[in-house]
Parts: sequence; structure tokens; C-alpha cells
Amino acid sequence: MDGLRRHKSMFLLPGLLTLFLIIIFPLLFTIRVSFSGWNVSNPRMNFIGGANYAAMLHDGRFWASITRLILLAGGTVVIQYVIGFGMALLVWREVRGRRFWRVLFLVPMMTTPVVMAAIWQTIFHESLGPVNDLLGTLGLSRIPWLTESGPALAALMIVEVWQWTPFMFLLLLAGLLSLPKEPFMAAAIDGAGTWRTFWKVTFPLMAPVSVAATIIRLIEASKLSDSVYVLTSGGPGSSTETPGYYLYIQGLRDQQTGYSGAMSLTYLVLMIVTLTGVAALLTRAFKLKGDS
Amino acid sequence: MRTRPYKRFAAVAAVAALTATACTAPNQAQDKPKEKAPLFKLGSEISYRKYGKDYPDTKVEDVPGPCSYEAISRKDYSGQTLKIISHAVPVIGEPTQLHAKQFEEITGAKVEVVNVPFGELHQKILTPLQAGQPAYDVMFYPSLWIGDMAPYLAPVPGKYLNTPGMKDVTGTYMDVATWNGKVVQYPVDGDRHYLKVRTDVLNDPRQQAAYKAATGKELRVPKTWAEYQDVAEFFSGKDFDGDGKPNYGSAEVTKRDDLTFSAFISRAAPYVKNPDVKGGVFFDVKTMRPLINTPGFVRALDDMVKAKSTWAPGGANFGLGDEIFSFGGGQTLMSYSWDDAFIQAQQPDSRIRNKVQAAPLPGSNEVYNRTTKSWDVKANQAPYFTWGWTSAVAKASRHQQMAFDYLCFFSNEANTALDLTIGRFGVNPYRYAHFDPNFWERLGWAPKVAESYVKTLSGMEDSRNRVFDLRVPGVNQYMSALANGVAAALAGQDSPQDALDGVAKEWSKITDQIGKDKVQSAYRNVVALEDHS
Repeated sequence: MDGLRRHKSMFLLPGLLTLFLIIIFPLLFTIRVSFSGWNVSNPRMNFIGGANYAAMLHDGRFWASITRLILLAGGTVVIQYVIGFGMALLVWREVRGRRFWRVLFLVPMMTTPVVMAAIWQTIFHESLGPVNDLLGTLGLSRIPWLTESGPALAALMIVEVWQWTPFMFLLLLAGLLSLPKEPFMAAAIDGAGTWRTFWKVTFPLMAPVSVAATIIRLIEASKLSDSVYVLTSGGPGSSTETPGYYLYIQGLRDQQTGYSGAMSLTYLVLMIVTLTGVAALLTRAFKLKGDS
Repeated sequence: MRTRPYKRFAAVAAVAALTATACTAPNQAQDKPKEKAPLFKLGSEISYRKYGKDYPDTKVEDVPGPCSYEAISRKDYSGQTLKIISHAVPVIGEPTQLHAKQFEEITGAKVEVVNVPFGELHQKILTPLQAGQPAYDVMFYPSLWIGDMAPYLAPVPGKYLNTPGMKDVTGTYMDVATWNGKVVQYPVDGDRHYLKVRTDVLNDPRQQAAYKAATGKELRVPKTWAEYQDVAEFFSGKDFDGDGKPNYGSAEVTKRDDLTFSAFISRAAPYVKNPDVKGGVFFDVKTMRPLINTPGFVRALDDMVKAKSTWAPGGANFGLGDEIFSFGGGQTLMSYSWDDAFIQAQQPDSRIRNKVQAAPLPGSNEVYNRTTKSWDVKANQAPYFTWGWTSAVAKASRHQQMAFDYLCFFSNEANTALDLTIGRFGVNPYRYAHFDPNFWERLGWAPKVAESYVKTLSGMEDSRNRVFDLRVPGVNQYMSALANGVAAALAGQDSPQDALDGVAKEWSKITDQIGKDKVQSAYRNVVALEDHS
């Protein structure tokens, strides 16, 4: 029997080996690299203890980028959720051209982020772009979209919301389509109006999908860097620099391999802790809503 | 009995391993080409037209010599593969591909070109070099990376150094290709910053009169950064070309990670490069103390912050592409950077074709003396040689001769003459022959424009007060820190002095991390170029 089990477990080996090669090994390697002084002129895994981590603690640029990311990711995901839910509700029921609208809403998500960022850069171009032209036509003053901190952050958020709301829409629509009909019928029999049905039936029933969609988007949003690269290069100053973009600068461009290893691990731990906390809070909040 | 198959397997594996090792070990015999009949006659007519409509009809003559079509087509490299890494298409990536295709056609070699985006180029080249892997035989990269690359590069052999094309490379670009007395980079491009202005505005008597009435000064091509600011300020927001849209004074590369450091150094050069003070512009070479926060640099950053009022809307986030199209498209009166904006302005369909002029970078009326810690009041100018694509062959390459033959062919006189005419290729004058105004006039440039262009470029060669990039190990880190400081000042996050103090602190950290001796030894090469020592 033991021999048979051993043979059976051998069938797991390819999967486990693959898992080790693609997840465990790179992780272990990154941990090792993060304790090394590997940089552009010292391509060695010399052990330097926690020096990279100590340097990171004093790296104001890194911590500022984390704070900025919380604002960017949190803000954009909330907006994406609200708009995505609204769009999903619109095409959930029978509306004319439902299929057309569904496909149309998905177009932004199907485009490459870098390409879209480049197009948005032209749209926001302060002297040649159509947005400022339109504002001028309406008699409004031009906005320095990419050269002032506030507007640059807003521009980045607009691009993110535009690009990723369809993803939220897709998940929430799938959730809506899978909801059972009975609770809605019961609500109708009880005489609940549209608003009350939404708050008391639809929204609570959508809780698991909402939490999953929000967490998936938060994970993706926490890696925000390609739009930053194309749209603002982290500027003006460093006002739109995200951890992903800062890691790119340190790791790929400046080749501070050891230091960027330490930063990426810290960033990973922070993200895991934060997102686990956010998931727990969201689940609790939706549950409370459902119970009430 | 059961062990025998394993033994047999081990024996086969050992033979296979030995064979593989023998095949992959450095083998000069494999590298040598066979002789074959040439595919071109001496002096054949060369054109890129057959490679597509994107190439101009321009035809040139194959100049006889060891790198010519005729000579290279005598070599048979069939059965051999050359691996090349280059920047993404089109800038330098497109000519790399084009000449690789031609090299394949005329030598029978197989040439594999990998084009990578700029952000990944440094790492993709350096990591295999550091690991001792001959991932690429030929590499194209910015010449200022020489401090990182030099230990892994094969010196250019004497026979290539003695080709007529190489002997015609200007002294400056031979210096740029040289490291510790050895030529390790194969020159394929020449880059420098200079000033570009609209002559239809600056030479217009009505504009001159208006400028004089408003400022009391003569309107002319700016000789100093102060004059540049005056002129740019005066014309900013005015529709000086009557197209119904406002024009602006200055277009500059200001996007943080898009070569802003070069723009800033151009502005700083005349304030910091004192011909009477030797021993380094960026560092004091004796102590390796950063000089980036000294008064000359601070004044340049002050100037740059003031210049914001003369930029087009969005000008504080202009990448090189924006700068090219802002000046080349006629939106701004002046700009300073590489040749691209000038070439753009001179395109046949440009509305400002032959209404532009090249001129040396503006200078200053005083220059900081770090020895006396005071300003020396005197007119000063300091040409800045920055960037420039280059190429090199890996020391670990097993196909060095084929690799050098490829570069020799890439940069032969016919190819270079054609490449210079295609703006998107990023190939700019680097041979004395390129300073011939007739060459540019044949492309439809007005004689005055061609004259100003070649005079500006060749004049920089004669200067004894030049500034070069910080060509030391870790240059990307140093420039990244500098760009960050400049961006912080431009965004109003820090004062120029505070921003540059921060950069100086960063630079000291970087030097400590890389090793003071290592950086100092490399920096001596830069200082030697600047001080002509």
C-alpha cells in the first residue's frame, strides 16, 4: 500500500517541480539577492547582511511612493467599482443592443496599457491635446495636466479608471448573471422598490463577487508602473512615482539588483499584509450589510 | 547486467559533452571567412530603395576600401551566426537591422538582431557580459556607458583602426571611443548639444525693431543663457509666424527620465567649465568630492526654473520627441539638444525648412572658479559632447572578426552617407567628411543653413573648453539622481540649491557604493578629455 502511495505521489512531482521552479526558486533567489551587494559594478552575491534593508528604511522616495500608491490604487479601484457596478446593472437587464454595449464596455481593457498611456499622453498634451482645446472652447482655462502635481495624479487616475473599469464591469456582470431569481421575486412580492431591492438584495448577494473583484483589482493596481512610465515618468518632480516605477528605475535602469531585491520583498510583504487586511474588512463589511 | 546501459549512456553523454565543448570553445578558425567572388564592382551605386518605400531614393557611390560593399562581399561567412543587440527601432535599431540584412545578403552569414527598449538595454547587455556569457557578439549602446562596459569589450584591431573611414573619424569621437588608451568602441554616430533658432523671426527687421523697442537690445542669435532667456521671454505667447496660434520661446527636454540631465548639463556647461581650472567638472578628481551643488550648477538650475515661463504648455514634461516636434514643427523659436530637431525642421515637408540656423550652445559672461570660490568675469563657452550611439564587440565573442567586419560594413562611407539623411536612424555627423556643406546642400538645404550646421558642429571639435558626459561606472545611477534633483527643482518641490545638495549627497553615496578608487580611475579619463591632458 505504501509502495503504491509512493508511486502515486511521484505523479505530483512534475507539478511540484514546476511550482518550485516558477514560484519558490525565484522567491528564494530574490531573498538571497536582497542580502547581497549586487549592483551595476559589483555583479556578485556577496553577503552584506541587512544593509539593503537598512538603506531602504531611510529611503524617503520609496516610502513616499508607497503612500502615493495607496491613494492611487484605493481611489481608482473605488471609482472603478462604482462605475463598473453601474455599467453592469445597466446591461444586466434587457436593454436594446445589450451585446453591443457589453463588447463596447470591454474595449479599453483589451488594449495594451503602454499604448493606451501613449494615446492618453497625446489627449492630455497641454498645447496639442484635445482636452485642453475642448476646455478652451467652453471658455474654461487650460489645465496643466502633466506638469503640475495635482492634475498629473488626476490624469493618471483617469487613465487607470478608463482602462480597468471594464474589468470590474466584466466580473460584476458575471456575478449579476449568476444570481438566483428567487430573492428578487420575493422582494417584488413584498413590494420592494428598485432602490430597496438593490440595497437589500442585489448588493448583499453580490458581496463575494464584489470582494473578489476589488481584491483582484487592488492587486493589479498595486503594480501600477507602465502608465506612469509613459505618461509622466514619475514627474513632475516625483509626484506620480509609484513603487513599481521606482523599482524599475532602481532595478532595471540603475541595476541596483541587491537593493531592488530588498525593496521588492518589502513591497511584497506590505502588499500581502495590506490586501489580506482589506479583504477581511471588506468581507466583514459586506457581511454586516447582508445581515442588516 | 543492469549497470551496463547506464555505463553506455554515460559514455555517450561524455562524448556528446566533449563534442559540444569543442564546438563552443573559442575557435578562431571558425571565425575566419572564406574568400568568394565579390557581388559588387568597385564604386557601385548604392541605395536603400529596394528595402522598402520608407527609404529615400538617394544614391551614393560605394567608396573603395576594406569596409566597402565590394570588399565585404568578397568574404564568405556562410554557416556562421552573428548575434547583435541594439536599441528598439527606429533610432539605431533600424540601421542595425538594415545593415544586418545587407551583411547577410553579401556574406552569407546569419545575423540575429535583438532590439530592446531603451529602459532594458543596459541590463540586457551588461548582465551576460558580467556573467562571462557571449550572449551577443555586437552591441549598440550609448557611448557614455563606456565606464560600465569597457572591461568586457574587445579592443578594435589595428586593421580596422587603419581603415580610411576610421581615420576620418573626428578626434573627439575617437576620444569618446577610447578607454585607458585603447579604442574599445567602434564609432558609428556623433552626438553633441547645440542651439537651434528660427531665422525667419530673428532676422525679421520688424521683429528686430519690436525687440529693440521693448528691451533696448539687439535681436540676434543668443550668445549667453541670459540672452537666450531675454529672447525666449519676449517671444513667448506671441504668434510670431502668423499662423493664428501662439508660439513660444524655448523647447527643452524636461521630462525627468528622458535625458533631462543632458539638457541641464548644457545649461550648466559655461558656468562650470572654467578654462583656467583643471581637474573635473562633476567631481574634484583629486578628492572625488561632488561639485554638482557648487554655484555654477545652482545658477544653471536657477536659469532653467526661470525658463519655465518661456516653454509651451506642457513644456515641463517634454521628452526628446516633444522637443523635436515643438521646434521642428515650428511651435517654438529656439531649442537646444541633439541634431534631431534641426533635421526635423529641415525635412522636405517642413514649414520652417531653410528658416532655421544652428549655433553653438549659449555661453555666459562669468564662470565659477572653484579654486578661488568666486566668479571669474569673462565670456565663456563650453561645448557639450553628450550621448552618442556607439557599438562594440564583446571580448567573449567567438566571432570577433565577423563582428568587426559587420561594424566596418555598417559604418562604411556609403552606408553612413545614406544613414545621415534618414533622421529617424539617429546617426549624426562623426567624420570630418560629414562637415562638408555640399553634402547637405545636395539634400536641398539652403547654403546658409548648411554652412551654419557644419560650422557649428566642426567648431565644437576645435574648442579647448569642452564638457563630456560622466563616463564612469554607474553613470546611469549618477544621472538618475541628477535628473531627480533637477525635476524636483522644476516642479517647485525643492529650491535649486537644496535639490542639488540632495544630488551631491546621492552622488557621494553612489561613489562609496561603487568604490571611490574605481570611479576616480574612470573619471580621470573624462578629465583628461576635458582638460586635453
